[in-house]
Amino acid sequence: MFTQLPLIILLLPLLAFILLIFFGKRLPRQGDWLATGLMTLTLFLSLILLVVKLGTQPAETISSSFNWAIVGSQVIGFGIMIDNLAAVMLVVVTLVSTLVHYFSMGYMKDDTRYSRYFAYLGLFSFSMLGIVLTNNILLMYVFWELVGVSSYLLIGHWYEKKTASNAANKAFIVNRIGDFGMFVGIMILFLSYSTFAFEAIFESISAGQLPFGSEGWLTAAGILIFCGAIGKSAQFPLHVWLPDAMEGPTPVSALIHAATMVAAGVYLVARVFPMLTADALLVIAYIGAITALIAATIAITQFDIKKVLAYSTISQLGYMIMALGVGAYTAGFMHLVTHAAFKAGLFLGAGSVIYGMHAALHKLHNHHTDAQDIRNMGGLKSKMPLTYWTFLIFTLAISGIPLTSGFLSKDEILAGTLAFSTLNGHWLLPLTGFLVAGLTAFYMFRLLILTFHGKPANDQVYSGVSESPKVMTIPLIILAGLSLFFFYSFNPFGATSGWFYGAIERPESMVPLILQPAAYPVFYEAVSSVHTLAMILSIIIAGGGVVFALAVYHWKKVSADALAKRAGLLYTGSVNKWYFDEFYDAAFVNGTHGLMKMLRWFDENIIDGIVNGSALITKVLSRISGWIDNNVVDGLVNGTATTANKAGGLLSHVQTGKVQTYLVYVIFSFLVLFVLFL
Amino acid sequence: MEFQILGIGILTWIVFIPIVGMFVVLLLPDKNRNAIRWTAAIATGIQVTLAGVIFTVFDRAKLGINDAESFQFIEKYSWITVEAVPWVGRIEINYFLGIDGLSVLMIILTAIISFIGVISSWNIEKMVKGYFALYLLLVTGMMGVFVALDFFLFFIFWEVMLLPMYFLIGLWGGPRREYAAIKFFLYTFVGGILMLLTMLALYFSVAYTDPVTGQSVHTFNILHMMNPANYVEGGLLSGVDTTWRYVAWMALFINFAIKIPLFPFHTWLPDAHVEAPTPISVILAGILLKLGTYGLLRVNFPIFPDGTIYFMYFMAILGMISIIYGAFCAMAQDDFKKLIAYSSISHMGIVVLGIAALNTQGMVGGVLQMFNHGIITAVLFLAVGVLYDRTHKRGLYDFGGIANQMPRYTGLAMIGMFAALGLPGLNGFVSELFSFLGAFEAYKWITIISVTGIIITAGYILWTIQRVFLGNTPEKMGRLEDLTPREMLMFVPLIVLIVFLGVYPAPAIELMNSSLGYLVEFVTNGGN
Repeated sequence: MFTQLPLIILLLPLLAFILLIFFGKRLPRQGDWLATGLMTLTLFLSLILLVVKLGTQPAETISSSFNWAIVGSQVIGFGIMIDNLAAVMLVVVTLVSTLVHYFSMGYMKDDTRYSRYFAYLGLFSFSMLGIVLTNNILLMYVFWELVGVSSYLLIGHWYEKKTASNAANKAFIVNRIGDFGMFVGIMILFLSYSTFAFEAIFESISAGQLPFGSEGWLTAAGILIFCGAIGKSAQFPLHVWLPDAMEGPTPVSALIHAATMVAAGVYLVARVFPMLTADALLVIAYIGAITALIAATIAITQFDIKKVLAYSTISQLGYMIMALGVGAYTAGFMHLVTHAAFKAGLFLGAGSVIYGMHAALHKLHNHHTDAQDIRNMGGLKSKMPLTYWTFLIFTLAISGIPLTSGFLSKDEILAGTLAFSTLNGHWLLPLTGFLVAGLTAFYMFRLLILTFHGKPANDQVYSGVSESPKVMTIPLIILAGLSLFFFYSFNPFGATSGWFYGAIERPESMVPLILQPAAYPVFYEAVSSVHTLAMILSIIIAGGGVVFALAVYHWKKVSADALAKRAGLLYTGSVNKWYFDEFYDAAFVNGTHGLMKMLRWFDENIIDGIVNGSALITKVLSRISGWIDNNVVDGLVNGTATTANKAGGLLSHVQTGKVQTYLVYVIFSFLVLFVLFL
Repeated sequence: MEFQILGIGILTWIVFIPIVGMFVVLLLPDKNRNAIRWTAAIATGIQVTLAGVIFTVFDRAKLGINDAESFQFIEKYSWITVEAVPWVGRIEINYFLGIDGLSVLMIILTAIISFIGVISSWNIEKMVKGYFALYLLLVTGMMGVFVALDFFLFFIFWEVMLLPMYFLIGLWGGPRREYAAIKFFLYTFVGGILMLLTMLALYFSVAYTDPVTGQSVHTFNILHMMNPANYVEGGLLSGVDTTWRYVAWMALFINFAIKIPLFPFHTWLPDAHVEAPTPISVILAGILLKLGTYGLLRVNFPIFPDGTIYFMYFMAILGMISIIYGAFCAMAQDDFKKLIAYSSISHMGIVVLGIAALNTQGMVGGVLQMFNHGIITAVLFLAVGVLYDRTHKRGLYDFGGIANQMPRYTGLAMIGMFAALGLPGLNGFVSELFSFLGAFEAYKWITIISVTGIIITAGYILWTIQRVFLGNTPEKMGRLEDLTPREMLMFVPLIVLIVFLGVYPAPAIELMNSSLGYLVEFVTNGGN
């Protein structure tokens, strides 16, 4: 059950990929039904697995592996591990993937590379499921890179556009920087413990073995592994790739760049949680907090519907990372799950809007209006009611309004950071958390209002917009349902009593006692004591954000322009994304270009210069020996020379000279050695 | 192990079947081009078959390295014997062939790449007869180096490669072929002299007592050179950790480093590649470069364990520099072929870093990387060749939108590109992984710096993909035809290997694991 079934789940999407890449174009409907059907099957199998796992062996971790390679005497095993974390994550991935498959059948209908698109979705799903199922940090790295490459292929789906291929490159390379750190971390672990398996590594650590015998290296290993998460989950300072990744088709943004792949970093941190020292966790918490804040402050001024959502994704990922950092493990992972549903929903909703806008613009032969700019929208509520109402639910959820799933998870995270600060005094973390909660509510309602409420920006366009087909709206409705509280806990004001908190427990820390974060019972007690306070604060702050957004954009009590002017530099900074791209371009991209040009020059002029110089000397020498040749050993050479002449054509004169020199050297060296030994 | 066909050992067959082919080619009339091509294809095809036999029969547990008994498919005949030369005693040069876990993968690689190279040579129209004759001679030379266990024989095969390579570049190459050919020749020639001198010094320092006659015999037998007991009293290279031994190590190292090519001995490579015709680039990068690292492992490491240990940091640092420097230079190129040439320097740097670690993982990673790089870089050069055949262009900025024009080609070439980038699931990753893991155990910081190479590599590979395959086709390029069946035939086997060994490398690792483990032990114990 727990060995074959996960394998089948893993391999079905791969099968879809292989079938579509080879036969896609020849299949009826280019094989979309095949990909979607296989994915739906995978979803059902994953649901069965989750139910059986929670029903029969809720506390077990089932692991099985095989020998992949033997190097020296070291056996490297690969395998599959099912615990509750993996089982839940499986359902998240397959569910979003399935819905995105259905949605894409509408959204991508007329695409030139339709079957290729579905093939890549299969490749992505396979790789993502691999990350979820593996029992092994190396195998995770393998799938980690494979999701990276599927993401690269899908961002660059419309590769005729320079912006798309640039974005794809940027995503891959920025991720590689994070993966470099992760790879070094893996090397440290393997060198210390001679294994890649999570459980075996944890066992060795709990037995008191430290990498290179030092506590610092254990912390370093944790932080280096976390570097992988910084890349993949778009954390500061590597967050810059995700907004650009919006060049990909919108359903891809929903699946990969919102719900699943970018959450893989969070999953990674959850996986290696037992080996993280308190110091490493603190770094993680602060990185998360900084990311959440930076992204939220950028999101409030963006006008591209997908960019707003992209920055909001970064910000929410920052929340999750921060949660894990402070030890609110279950809350962090729960936010991953709830976020997957509502953020996928938001992106698919945005996709539905863009689809409608595109169709309208297309009818008008209008190619200069940006279909993704919310300033060109407005009032779409009445034209796209299903899209609107589901979008509203998602917006409420992400803003953390009670009765939604987002409220449950975000509330627990905020309580966690507050509890952490009462224990350790890092009050900046909860402060950031609450501030970002307010910002989130504000920018999401700003987005909602500008897109769906108010007066249409362009009446002609507006009149052409219509609701998207069912294959696109039904996934929205399903996701909207999943954004309500009762799927996670029957108590709308407390997640801890729900099944989710029962199933996902924070694992025990395996690091030496003095390096451990606050023990779970202590932390839990602190959380309980601040929980009510956190909840009240979060409702007030989120409500404040909503009201403020309504005041500015709906009731127009406050002028947005005046606000922007008032904010001055802060506003310019936010609009320009705090100049990260400009800074990186100037420092790293140009730096690399400069360095590569310098090295090329060095190679061509210095190193090769030396070579050519010595060649010149040899040339002179060979002239001399050539003279000796012609005059002394002419008779001997004649035969060889004619043959070489025939074969060598124009090169023969150089050739004979060389061969002769060669012989001379041979004889000479023989002589030298004989003399030496005499 | 005895394994003979018609009374002749399988290694002799695999080495000399191309020579047989060469004679057939020479006898065929000039005009009968297809017969000439088919002869070459059959000769190299037989090699592939024999390599397959060797792969199947090869005993994975036997160690080889310094122990004549555990080499496999041994053939040993007395070749040149001069009785009682004054002062030196008897001179003995043997025809001594045999393989162990170190060479077996290289044999397979040579067979495969040579065969693919023939397919890729099918559209050579200039002096077909001469071309294939030289080509087959070259193949014999390369194969010979991998099986020779007598230094003199090793040297002969080494030099046999030189001339055909020189002519193949010099006659069938691009516009600056003369310059490139001479440069190649000079570099290799300098290396050859260094090797010759060291070989002779070794010869006079090593003597073993003939068990039958009791006579002291100087020998070129590489295995005898590995035994400290065989060094004569007062010989130039006798003793341990002497200056002369370091000098000899360095002389050999420079010879091999030129072939690898290792920074700063690499500048012949980009020129040679750019000017060489596609199949010759494939051979050059796919096999010839491996002779350098193979030589280090076959000669430098076991004969001079003291020198190897003394210079291991030095090797690791050169490996690191090659990785980073090669990658940056690759990024700076605008010529597709030059880019791949520099990427070869970078990837061969990984081999050197891995073997310099002197542990089993690094060694296995390094040798596997030799094989994998051979396969991957062959795909890349073939890919450039396919475009060059159609457009007569190689500039990275000349292309664009190939993905739309030639989807099948793009798919296969992209797999090769991603393998070069070290994407997990493809073979390059596996060998890089083990090389780095091994190196990390020995050199923490050198390895960490080297690993940054994977970022730069991602940069230049993706940038290349973007410039060549993505975007829109420049209008003047016109319509391009996708891969022909012949071209498919040369790509598909290599791509299958790339994917298979990426997913499941065990069959390749098994071949060499015990031998290389033993080599490490042998070297770290100072040859005892």
